[in-house]
Amino acid sequence: MNKSTFRSDLRSTTVAALLLAAAVAALPVGCSRSTEPEKTVIQNTGSDTMVNLAQAWAEEYAKVDPSVSVEVSGGGSGTGIAALENGTVDITNSSRTVEPREVELAKKNTGKEPREFVVGYDALAVYVHKTNPMEEITLEQLAGVYAEGGLITQWSQLEVKMPEGAEEIIRVSRQSNSGTYAYFREAILGKGRDFKLGSRDMHGSKDVVELVSKTPGAIGYSGMGYATSEVKMLRIARRAGEAGVAPTAENTLNQTYPIARPLFMYTLGEPTGAVRAYLDWVRSDAGQKIVVTSGYVPVPKTGARP
Amino acid sequence: MRSRRRWERATEAGIELLIRLCGVSAIVFVFGIFFFVFREGSGFLFHGFNTWEFFTSPEWYPTSENHVRYGVLALIAGSASVTALAMVLAVPFGIGAAIFVSEFCGPGLRETLKITIELLAAIPSVVWGFIGLTVMNPLIMKITGAPIGLSVLNGGLILALMSVPIIVSIGEDALKAVPDSYREAALALGVTRWQLVYRVLLPAAKNGLLAAVLLGVGRAVGETMAVLMATGHSVTIPTSVLDSVRTLTATIAAELGEAAVGSEHYQVLFIIGVLLFSITFVVNLTADLIVRGTRAR
Repeated sequence: MNKSTFRSDLRSTTVAALLLAAAVAALPVGCSRSTEPEKTVIQNTGSDTMVNLAQAWAEEYAKVDPSVSVEVSGGGSGTGIAALENGTVDITNSSRTVEPREVELAKKNTGKEPREFVVGYDALAVYVHKTNPMEEITLEQLAGVYAEGGLITQWSQLEVKMPEGAEEIIRVSRQSNSGTYAYFREAILGKGRDFKLGSRDMHGSKDVVELVSKTPGAIGYSGMGYATSEVKMLRIARRAGEAGVAPTAENTLNQTYPIARPLFMYTLGEPTGAVRAYLDWVRSDAGQKIVVTSGYVPVPKTGARP
Repeated sequence: MRSRRRWERATEAGIELLIRLCGVSAIVFVFGIFFFVFREGSGFLFHGFNTWEFFTSPEWYPTSENHVRYGVLALIAGSASVTALAMVLAVPFGIGAAIFVSEFCGPGLRETLKITIELLAAIPSVVWGFIGLTVMNPLIMKITGAPIGLSVLNGGLILALMSVPIIVSIGEDALKAVPDSYREAALALGVTRWQLVYRVLLPAAKNGLLAAVLLGVGRAVGETMAVLMATGHSVTIPTSVLDSVRTLTATIAAELGEAAVGSEHYQVLFIIGVLLFSITFVVNLTADLIVRGTRAR
């Protein structure tokens, strides 16, 4: 056998070996689960608006206390409160307060009263382009602009003089399963009403502000934390004739700003042990930092509740 | 010596098998993907799905509180309008470039052009979308005076730029496949170069060129990220090229992430996936059959 066949032989063997190795590497590695110490599980369910925030807390808390696992699920504030009434959840997230009827039901079923914790605030700002002369808008006007069947399509209908070519109101909205979309729908359009089709539906709070900043005729809603110098936040008046309120952390906290709401966590009775520790951490500086990064308003440090 | 032979034969067979598996895997993947997409949407498709509303209603309210409506007419109109505009722009450019590269330009320029066109094809679609959002949007607003530049026009331009490379390279192959004897015969009859192209090459290569266009269409229909960013993502049946629209692909991309797994909304998005899959499948199959027709002749 001469040298060259030997070499080609070697090469094909190498290729075969490589392919084999690749195939073996692709096989799933056998399950070798180490015996971990028993984890304390906190069931956390409720508000869809808060589900990302709650998830962010849970992930961060896994680093703070690895022995506790917080399991977060959504389903809506109503679902979470129903679970609280039946005593099947440790912490309920809710973007509304528990009604007296629900408190009674919880007492009857479990013998304990729901305990409320404010864990942050959610405020929506209405943005327009910085060159737009408009300064404030009423809730009714917003509904006319955004709601299905609403008749406001031109800036002139809002008595705003816009430059040539920007008379049409360019509505900027969110994709239909965003929590912000749902809250705006409930707070501005009213229960059961839908948005007018044909809005530009952005896929994130930041994208809304970005598009408004590029479009002179645009109006959009997004968390107030996303404001830039290229856009203007409108003051919001509850009804025509009332003074508009600017979206600031202060106005959010004293409840004068109409499209803001506190975010709650509820427990059954006074929390103890791991649940207490988790709630304390959520309301600590470390936990409240996550409120800010998630685009919400943190609870003021003085502890003063509105 | 003999054992070496046997070993050689065994490795040969092993490698052959592996390569065969790699080849066949494409078929398995395509059918697997179709099966799983279909399965995800099938629960709702067979129970309570309103096909009539789906295809004829322009009202897309997947998360409405008291009146959920799954009409994709506006989304189909969005996809169709953007694709149609893209083709109106890309076909003359693409076929023209293919003719130039294949028939008129010198070898040096040809290489440069081909490399540049391939580079155009290599730009990621999210970059195209970014260009649409940040460069074309203000430009369109300034030139046309439209209140917003995210529109059919913007998406169509972007998609045209994305489809041109495909049309050029496949179109060029089709023109190259025309035997030189055709050219020689035509030139011997004293035709000009333009007559050669128009009367001889284009009729001879028409199937290949049509396939090039159809593959461009397939590319445009299936494109997601660029149109999501450039068209304005608005549920509207467009009445002019300056209207914002939303495409089928962009709807899936924007909503699937937040739809609850297994919910009606989630399943409807998968049904849209099946619809898209069917559209691109028909387009690609047509292109393939046409190419095959050319080869068989």
